[in-house]
This record gives sequence, structure tokens and C-alpha cells, in this order.
Amino acid sequence: GLLWERPLMEVRLGELHAWISTCSFSPQGLLGAVQKAWSSYCAKYIHVRQGGPAGISMLLAGYCLLSYGWNYQHFKRHRWRKYH
Amino acid sequence: MNLSFFDQFSSPSILGIPLILISMAFPALLIPSMGNRWVTNRLSTVQLWIINLITKQLMTPLNKEGHKWALVLTSLMIFLLLTNLLGLLPYTFTPTTQLSMNLALAFPLWFATLLTGLRNQPSKSLGHLLPEGTPTPLIPALIMIETTSLLIRPLALGVRLTANLTAGHLLIQLISTATVSMYSTMPAISLLALLTLFLLTILELAVAMIQAYVFVLLLSLYLQENI
Repeated sequence: GLLWERPLMEVRLGELHAWISTCSFSPQGLLGAVQKAWSSYCAKYIHVRQGGPAGISMLLAGYCLLSYGWNYQHFKRHRWRKYH
Repeated sequence: MNLSFFDQFSSPSILGIPLILISMAFPALLIPSMGNRWVTNRLSTVQLWIINLITKQLMTPLNKEGHKWALVLTSLMIFLLLTNLLGLLPYTFTPTTQLSMNLALAFPLWFATLLTGLRNQPSKSLGHLLPEGTPTPLIPALIMIETTSLLIRPLALGVRLTANLTAGHLLIQLISTATVSMYSTMPAISLLALLTLFLLTILELAVAMIQAYVFVLLLSLYLQENI
């Protein structure tokens, strides 16, 4: 189909630049993109008949990574300390 | 720049955006809402079962007027449960360790129960200040004591939750620091500390769930007295 109608996973790497130029970066556009991403994540991993722990574990792992990144300035100094 | 063990409780912020906002909003993501399906997925089934269990447990002692509080109490319970449990994951921030947040939850809800009682049944609410069967000379002292105990309830609710979680997190940090630092010099003691850490983590899981339950249970008890 057309480039801007294809979902992100079906866009080839060479076409990525062109695809990004077709998305709208207005607040409504960004919100719509976030909502679409969230609902496709839920549809793929959570709203399935025989879901396992994978769906929610990925969310928790992502949250841990986000918290680590948020606190990185603090942890960096913790590693370098001589006396804890 | 002094790094102390209490640094884990300072609200981290990057580019001026505090992490506490994300920590408070994240539990909502973990409870997906089913659209218009007849049969829900496994995660929603488990969560709905837990929510039903909690709601029945909280609402059974309350009369019909008290059932209006079902949404507030159940959502508060789910929020506290998830926030406390999420705080046990590595590198995460627990918003319920902040006294400001716990008091902000406890004080308005307690005050609402008090005002409900004073407005709808004032003499019965004030009658709770004097237990039945008190000897007459003790009445003035007991009224003052009961009033103090009534006014200190929101503070107790907030501080109980804060203190329990803060103490647990501090203990985990202390014992894990001990385990790691003794590993090279005294591995046997380090192993003992590791065992203690394992048991402590189990305790912290239990405490996280119990403290959330106690908070909401006490609020429902205060409601029962006044509604």
C-alpha cells in the first residue's frame, strides 16, 4: 500500500526517513500515535486467549529500565565512590 | 556531595520532570480495560477476581449508604497494592515512601468520613467519643483521650504506611550493601547476609500487601462508625 498507511513494522529501513516525514507531529498526532502503539501492544500480548506472563513482564522490565535511566546521574556516582 | 542511604527516597527528576509522576501513573497501565469482549483474557480474569475479592471483603460490613464508597476504597486499595509492590523492583521509585503523598491520601478521606458522620448523625458520631460503661469520674479524661485519638487518626494512617515502607527499603539496602562489601573478605558471613536478604525480601512483599490492606481497612472502619 501507500507509504504513510503502512504500520511502522512493515516499513523498510531505507524508507524510514520518508515514513517519518509523513507523520504529523502535532499534539493530536503524537497522542494518536501513542494510543495506537499502546493498543497494538495490548492486542498482541495481553488480549489473547492463552496469554502468559510475557505481556506484563515486558511492561515491568521496561519500567525498571526507565527508572534506571531516570536515575543514571545518581548511579554513576555510586559506582565511582570509594566508600559506600 | 554526601551520598547517604536516604538518597533512594529523594524524588529523582530529569530535565525538571520528576519520576514520581510516572511512578504514580504506571499502575494504571498494568490494569488493561477490556473493550466489548464477552470472554476476557487471562490477565483481566485474574485481576477481576482479585478486585471482586477485595470489594466483597471491604463492603460486607458496610450498610447500603456505605456502598457508595466502594469505588473510592477499591481503587485506593489497588493503587496502594500496585505502588507498594512495584517499589520492590530494582531501581524503581516508590511514591508511598513520601509522607506528603500518604498524608494527602489519608487526611481528606478521614476528614470525609468525619464530616459524613457529623452531618448525618451528629449525636451518634459524637457518642463514639465515650465508650459504654465508663465509670462517671473517668468521663472528662476519657473524652479528651478519645478526641485526641480521633484527631490523630490521619497522621497515624499516613505515618504508618510511610514508616513501614521506608524502613523496609532501608533494611534491604543496608543488608545488600553488607552482602556485597563482605563478599571478598568473609564469604561465609556474606552468605548469611544473602540468606537474610532473601527472607527480608519475602517479608517486604508481605508488608507491601498488608500495609495497603490495613490502610484501606482502617478507612472503612472509620466509615462504618460514621455512616
